[in-house]
Amino acid sequence: MRHKSLAEFGLPVELAQPHAPVVLFDKVCLAFDEKVILRDVTFEVRAGHTKIFLGASGAGKSTVLKLMLGLLKPDSGTIWVLGHRVDQMDEVQLMGVRHHMGMVFQEGALFDSFTVGENVGYKLYEETTQPLHEVRQRVEEVLGFVGLSEHIDKQPSELSGGQRRRVAIARAMAAKPTLLLYDEPTTGLDPITSLTIDAEIIKLRDLEAVTSVIVTHQLRDAFYVSTHQASRGPDGEPLISAAAEAKVSQADFVMLKDGSIHFEGSADDLRASTDPYLQTFLS
Amino acid sequence: MSSPRQDWAIEWLKQALLEVQEYVKLCVAAVKGSVSRPFYARDVMEQIDIIGLGSLTVVILTGFFTGAVLALQSGMTLDQFGARPFVGRLISASMIKELGPVLTALMLAGRVGSGIAAELGSMMVTEQISALRALGTDPIRKLVVPRVLAGFIMCPILTVVANAVGLTGGWMIALTQLRVPSGIYWSSVVQGLYIQDVWMGLIKPFFLGFVIVTIGCHVGLRTTGGTQGVGRATTNAVVAASVVVLVVDFFVTRLLISIFF
Ligand SMILES: Nc1ncnc2c1ncn2[C@@H]1O[C@H](COP(=O)(O)OP(=O)(O)O)[C@@H](O)[C@H]1O
Ligand SMILES: [Mg+2]
Repeated sequence: MRHKSLAEFGLPVELAQPHAPVVLFDKVCLAFDEKVILRDVTFEVRAGHTKIFLGASGAGKSTVLKLMLGLLKPDSGTIWVLGHRVDQMDEVQLMGVRHHMGMVFQEGALFDSFTVGENVGYKLYEETTQPLHEVRQRVEEVLGFVGLSEHIDKQPSELSGGQRRRVAIARAMAAKPTLLLYDEPTTGLDPITSLTIDAEIIKLRDLEAVTSVIVTHQLRDAFYVSTHQASRGPDGEPLISAAAEAKVSQADFVMLKDGSIHFEGSADDLRASTDPYLQTFLS
Repeated sequence: MSSPRQDWAIEWLKQALLEVQEYVKLCVAAVKGSVSRPFYARDVMEQIDIIGLGSLTVVILTGFFTGAVLALQSGMTLDQFGARPFVGRLISASMIKELGPVLTALMLAGRVGSGIAAELGSMMVTEQISALRALGTDPIRKLVVPRVLAGFIMCPILTVVANAVGLTGGWMIALTQLRVPSGIYWSSVVQGLYIQDVWMGLIKPFFLGFVIVTIGCHVGLRTTGGTQGVGRATTNAVVAASVVVLVVDFFVTRLLISIFF
């Protein structure tokens, strides 16, 4: 079986501890041609926490996620993900790290030649030796999780924007990643649909213990995710409720501006900030 | 001091070299991917179906009318020497050595090269290629290798089909318009062929199939700039593949002549 567990992959013990950094950027710089996108960006994401990246479009938010996945390489600086130096790894080695990560791309990036079910099960069908009926079971399970069970045999083009985004989340979570990256999961969706997506993100974080990195420029969704938590009700149904203080403190906000980190802090710090740029963003 | 014109030329040359370098890298990766695991066998079968069977109609039509028009034209020329019964010779020599492989390849460049560039190009601009990589799949192995193998295998087979249909087209014209009896036509066809010609006609399409598909993949995977970019990539792939087919045909022919004769 090509699908390795974290332990098999040799994750350093200290990184398996609760709240150890799952992602670490150290003085990361990246420029496309002459244009500097990231300049000395340093931050860490701790296990079980939520990191929310804010910033105007073109600020380099998607680029940060692609660097974590190793889809892009930095010009300088180091990037650790799940205990591996992804900035130095080749494509074959990266596949090992990516097995523990999921990414929800900005526009979903669903494979339009596959059905919804094939999209969601893609990684399990193609890159593992799991028996087909188990894969099918898992696909049904995760589609149920995002509330799209009845659409399993449809083509992605037959779904609405919000449904496609949820399929993308289902695909990213199907192989049980420890780290999930969301690129503008609610952009372009109406507020009601956005809330269902936010609820999925909260459920995955709290019920499946997934560390989340969320890129968005919708503050409403960012605040909602940081101030709510999910738990299982008496009947096993997931419930979303206002989060306890400790949970809220596990969500950090990062604002990118002109290639550097303009602000970093909790939801309360962000609300209390008097910085003019943040103010325009908040209003 | 360098003039703006020189700067422009140097910049252009750099870009061209970079493009060739990337293309060669892709070809090497495709060959490596064909002989090592993971290997997506199901995708290979699917591509053989799409590239091979999908192109059958256009290849049959091309082959038939090429053979037919060759018969008409060479019939007229041969009449000047009173050599009409030799029409089969002319058709088989030109069809099997040159026209069969080249016309089949040009048709594939139009149909397959553009299709691959458009498909991979739109996957590129909608981030499906990045999604593949994020899901742990190497796009070269999943997308490029199956197409390259299918092109490499199917181009020679389609060429043989085109040749057979072309000779049949020539026969129908010879029989109905030129009034050359079937027996004479077919024995003349066989006489016109040397074993080296047959080899040449069979070896060339392997090269042509490989370049058509690798160019389609290369252009597709370098697509940028949204839907407009996909349109540009499609056109570029057809133009580049068609020109390169003729260039490669020339050089492979030279090589084979120096080996065989
Ligand atoms: N492959 C690329 N080549 C050149 N420029 C790029 C590339 N990818 C992104 N950029 C540029 O980098 C900047 C940041 O992009 P991105 O990270 O997508 O921003 P966003 O914060 O909106 O997600 C943009 O100005 C974009 O034009
Ligand atoms: Mg973006």
